Amino acid sequence: MAGPAKSSRVIVVGGGLAGLAGTVRIAEAGIPVDLFSLVPVKRSHSVCAQGGINACNDVARQQGYSEYEHFDETIYGGDFLADQHPVLEMANWAPRIIDLLDRMGVPFNRTSEGFRDLRLFGGSLFKRTHFAGATTGQQLIYALDEQVRRYEAEGRVTKHEFWEFLWPVIDDASGRCVGIVAQDLRTMQIRAFRADAVVMATGGCGLVFGKSTMSVMCTGAAAARCFQAGVWYGNPEMIQVHPTAIPGADKTRLMSESARGEGGRVWVPRRKGDSRRPRDIPDEDRYYFLEERYPAYKNLVPRDIATREIFSVCVNEGLGVAGGRQVYLDLTHLPSSTHHKLEGILEIYKKFVGDDPQHEPMRIFPSVHYSMGGLYTTFTPGSYAPASPREKHKSGSASPIDNRIGQGMQPGAVNNAMTNVPGLYAFGEANFAYHGANRLGANALLSCIFDGLFCGQSVVSFVQGEAASAPSAGLPQGLFERFVQQEEAKARRLLDTTSAPQDDPATNPYVIHRELGDEMTDACTVVKTESRLQQAWKKVADLKDRYARVRLGDAASWTNQTFSYTRAVGDMLVLAEALTLASIQRKESRGAHYRSDFPDRNDDQFMKTSLCKWDASSRQVKLEFIPIDASLIRPKKRDYTGKDSSAVAGGAAEKRVAVGASA
Amino acid sequence: MTTAAPTAAPTAARAQQPKLGRTVIFRILRSDGPDKPQRWESFKVTINERGANVISCLQQIAANPVTTDGRRTTPVVWDSGCLEEVCGACTMVINGKVRQSCSCLMDEYCPNDGDTITLEPMTKFPVVRDLWVDRARVFHNLKRVKAWVPIDGTYYLGPGPKESPQQQDTRYVLSTCMSCGCCLEACPQFNLETDQQAWDSAFIGAHAISQARLFNMHDTGKSLEKLRLDELSGPGGVSECGNAQNCVKVCPKHIPLTESIAAVGRAVTVHNLKQFFTGR
Ligand code: SF4
Ligand code: SF4
Ligand code: FES
Repeated sequence: MAGPAKSSRVIVVGGGLAGLAGTVRIAEAGIPVDLFSLVPVKRSHSVCAQGGINACNDVARQQGYSEYEHFDETIYGGDFLADQHPVLEMANWAPRIIDLLDRMGVPFNRTSEGFRDLRLFGGSLFKRTHFAGATTGQQLIYALDEQVRRYEAEGRVTKHEFWEFLWPVIDDASGRCVGIVAQDLRTMQIRAFRADAVVMATGGCGLVFGKSTMSVMCTGAAAARCFQAGVWYGNPEMIQVHPTAIPGADKTRLMSESARGEGGRVWVPRRKGDSRRPRDIPDEDRYYFLEERYPAYKNLVPRDIATREIFSVCVNEGLGVAGGRQVYLDLTHLPSSTHHKLEGILEIYKKFVGDDPQHEPMRIFPSVHYSMGGLYTTFTPGSYAPASPREKHKSGSASPIDNRIGQGMQPGAVNNAMTNVPGLYAFGEANFAYHGANRLGANALLSCIFDGLFCGQSVVSFVQGEAASAPSAGLPQGLFERFVQQEEAKARRLLDTTSAPQDDPATNPYVIHRELGDEMTDACTVVKTESRLQQAWKKVADLKDRYARVRLGDAASWTNQTFSYTRAVGDMLVLAEALTLASIQRKESRGAHYRSDFPDRNDDQFMKTSLCKWDASSRQVKLEFIPIDASLIRPKKRDYTGKDSSAVAGGAAEKRVAVGASA
Repeated sequence: MTTAAPTAAPTAARAQQPKLGRTVIFRILRSDGPDKPQRWESFKVTINERGANVISCLQQIAANPVTTDGRRTTPVVWDSGCLEEVCGACTMVINGKVRQSCSCLMDEYCPNDGDTITLEPMTKFPVVRDLWVDRARVFHNLKRVKAWVPIDGTYYLGPGPKESPQQQDTRYVLSTCMSCGCCLEACPQFNLETDQQAWDSAFIGAHAISQARLFNMHDTGKSLEKLRLDELSGPGGVSECGNAQNCVKVCPKHIPLTESIAAVGRAVTVHNLKQFFTGR
């Protein structure tokens, strides 16, 4: 291999888990990294992840679990929409990733003997989730933040915090991405940065829905800008609505699945309008609807299913607590040692609601949580190639293959996690890979770190190979200037609107965003229908119209937050359009995408990626369906009710779980 | 000075929940930039939702920034992220006391119609604009104590060291520090320093001392213990702590900062004695 050109650099946009893991891996290979982030990287949204990170482990392995079963669960949980080879590779890497994080000093919970403790999570019958209290995401990102700080101190990483990504610089001649344009959010200076590869690790787009469990910077704007620059976007309609969140005035706050993994039970009063206080309602008057409907998985069915059941119990059956949109998540029966393990999230409830979940059941409702869809990425399949796809794995049975790496994806292949634009990569929640139509709990942290470490190697290969022959440092300055001017012109147009009067709500960016959030939450989340989606489609078009006349409330040339926010609202509208269009065209139900007018999965027509492309001339989204890689597991109807032949009986499952239990 | 609100008797508190629809006044200390004069502006906010907090009110103000005297102004600038008190971004001085604004609930702070709440930027860090301050020094000080485990790269090399649940419990708490800077704002020994050159000799602050303890406790992290203690026995090190204990009182993560300071203080003493006798 040629080795990187002397001037080689990589840009990573986004400093959450995926961006930091990628930064560490690329810098370690001797290539300097420029790391861009809207916030100091330690404050990235990954800190909000609570429950844990999945990986096969020694205890579960001796009970019959395997990396292969983790792979199988993820494909099945994702309702057969994910390309299968990448998921296999991720599952095989999982235990190695845990070991690495362990070496970095993550304070994973321990058994009395000093081994890493495990907890149960949704979609699995085995304890395979590693955790650090109930703030696992925070602990993992801190570990990676510390490693990046170490490289920063050594001069291998340069951080650009409070810089906003504006546009990828794509060289017309080669079609390659050779840098970015970004803006300093304090000085408002816009400038270009050169790079031989660019990694987008910019997270999800929860803010499109107004309130979600996501942090305020998760607008999806960075991905939307890449999209408008010609990068394809996959499965935008696949938005995870987490079953258990705490409704709030500014956002919804996640109540981790670990609350149920540690034994929390979901219930409502059996009788409509039962106004007794929860603790005065005896067990026989409580309806533990998830346990009754799914005897094997009970409260730990996959998220899309739990969400729809809670929604249906409240909205269709009218059984919500106090007649409203809320159900109980009850931890009051659990011992204090368990409460201690969940301290981080119980504190959140106490702090924001005022009640103590140790004594009072929490009141929760589903909320937008994660974007399975994202920038479309490619891969080179690994060595595993069965003659025909296998049947679904029988839980606990022998794995057909071992866990060697390179069977799912070819390590270091330049196109792993690369978008359709050469040199432009997408890692973590920003891409569409791994989770299909529904993400299993505790797989997000895994996919982010896996992308960083595994696909980071692909970035290194690209920089050492293709990019080394025509380094970005050798390109004419004019190319970069042109992109800077384009962004400056857009900025000026927006700033010029400040002169107009601001009190018309129709052109107020905050009002436009609020209306967008309400509309998308109503039309595009738990239950979708053709007519409601068509209405949303018109509404989005109407909002786009109004946005074209938007009025800025602040003309400042220093730290103009309103300006940056308003610009992002325009990008959210683009994503909303893609999301609505794909929701309309996917006339089936699959995972998180539930169409009550097409309640069944339709593999013939729709076991396909919905691929969106931006048509720059009409400024509209175009959509097509393209086949997925389903060469490893044959699709099968998803069924978690326990009647399924491949699911183990509840009793057996519990026995396995009990062996793994500790502390 | 108002302090944080009651933690007790949720049922009793709920019996007399503050009324929705009440109007509260936000007094905000603003400035247009680092060297610009500061000014007070007041805004009326109607509390329409249970669970309203300072951030949701600031969002309301941003959508329609008109002061109490009817003047249209610019939206207030502030820093935030997670909105669930886990990222540390939204720290500011509220009613004279430093804390996170996202977890500052209006039902506790302004239960009555006409109540006033005061927001100011932190004072130990340079103001960027309005309520947003530049806390780069908080992160810089983590570099001073080499707050990381020096691993041999990211290739697969097996698991890390085994650890007792007791030690994990101690490390976990220390490791929840979100670099918010509350402990620095409250500390009488930690002062505003705009000259970056002076950061390395100015008082390092409780959070970094506590992080040094965290990494010195880890089996691999220990290998840098000597360098950490060198730094902490030098200028701006642990001996500059006046033991005022303000830090531990304001830490939102309940990190036992004074315990960390004592532990590191003892380690520094031993370290200095060793150096005195061995010359290393
Ligand atoms: S104990 Fe030390 S670090 Fe803490 S507030 Fe007092 S002087 Fe500052
Ligand atoms: S020690 Fe506490 S107060 Fe200080 S920065 Fe960390 S979390 Fe904030
Ligand atoms: S916004 Fe993260 S702590 Fe308040």
